[in-house]
Amino acid sequence: MANTSVRLLLEPIVDKNPITLQILGICSALAVTTKLAPAITMSIALTAVLVGSSVIISLIRQQMPSSIRIIIQMTIIASLVIVVDQVLQAFAYELSKQLSVFVGLIITNCIVLGRAEAFASKNPPWPSFIDALGHGIGYSLILISVAAIRELLGSGSLLGVPILPLIKEGGWYEPNGLMLLAPGAFFIIGLMIWAIRTWKPDQLEKPEYRIHVVHRTEAQ
Amino acid sequence: MEHYLSLLFKAIFVENLALAFFLGMCTFLAVSKKVETAIGLGIAVVVVQTITVPVNGLIYHHLLQEGALAWLGLPELDLSFLGLITYIGVIAAMVQMLEMLLDRYFPALYQALGIFLPLITVNCAILGGSLFMVERGYDLTESTVYGFGTGVGWALALVLLAGIREKLKYSDVPNGLQGLGITFITTGLMAMAFMSFSGIQL
Repeated sequence: MANTSVRLLLEPIVDKNPITLQILGICSALAVTTKLAPAITMSIALTAVLVGSSVIISLIRQQMPSSIRIIIQMTIIASLVIVVDQVLQAFAYELSKQLSVFVGLIITNCIVLGRAEAFASKNPPWPSFIDALGHGIGYSLILISVAAIRELLGSGSLLGVPILPLIKEGGWYEPNGLMLLAPGAFFIIGLMIWAIRTWKPDQLEKPEYRIHVVHRTEAQ
Repeated sequence: MEHYLSLLFKAIFVENLALAFFLGMCTFLAVSKKVETAIGLGIAVVVVQTITVPVNGLIYHHLLQEGALAWLGLPELDLSFLGLITYIGVIAAMVQMLEMLLDRYFPALYQALGIFLPLITVNCAILGGSLFMVERGYDLTESTVYGFGTGVGWALALVLLAGIREKLKYSDVPNGLQGLGITFITTGLMAMAFMSFSGIQL
């Protein structure tokens, strides 16, 4: 039992990472990562919603008629997101302004509905809780590392604290503006996927079309 | 008129939902393997987006906004916190209706769209369109134009990426970048291309 729990918790962190392998929840991973602080807030918000919805859905899974389960799941998720949104507006107004519509978009974050559908609606509350927590951590890990790279290279600071002294303030670092723009986020995630798949070769995708290797004899 | 044209242009190119705001990325990456399916999904998104954004706008202005229920004698009531759950409900209902209509009148298109149609419900581009519309306070005509424009912009980006990926199949991609990795890099390059539209005003 303890072993399965540990496996459920650790698997989604690298081996089955929701962002880099399952292609879930990418929108927010790209959009809120220009600075570290909103990325951390977003991670906490998403993990809270994910854990809450998984446990609730798992508790009522026997009573839920399967024909209307999607709409029930959406309602539960939407209610939890409203709670998170109101809490953020009340206690961290500046951050909630920075995240703008992306807190609301947790509703349509595929990780939440995906885990509800694939795991929580079939398993008891405790494994669902662990599974949701693992996926939340896996998501947060990618989000926070992307945000750290983008903030460090894009504005030379982390959490607003200057790390690399900028040229315009008398230092030596010229900020890389591309990192703060949309394309930078795509490049970083692409390269990150490359790194992870080099480290874990079993995640590699098979090419759809194999290029014919020309032998020396044929070339002549 | 000029105002609406400018809004349309901005929604399609400058503030492209997929390439500038990263909305609907999951479907964007998953469905862009073939141009034909991409076109089908693109059309569905344009239709759903053009309907849901103005409908959500009407609901927000006449029911949820602070003071909107004054005609009921409740001028202080502010229901805007119910926004999120209302929008997603409207979107789910619209998608369901569209599905039934297509099944009845355009079975070929219905078959072609298959699983993607219900998935539009959880496409963040649709919900994002409604949320941006509320945040920027568009009126009815503006929100119709904005909904149509964002839908077209998203569909355009999707079809373009599908075209690139069809060609990319025959390229020599490093092992680790195969599949998802190279798609991200390609999308990044596309986003750079679309950035050249920024700052253009009609």
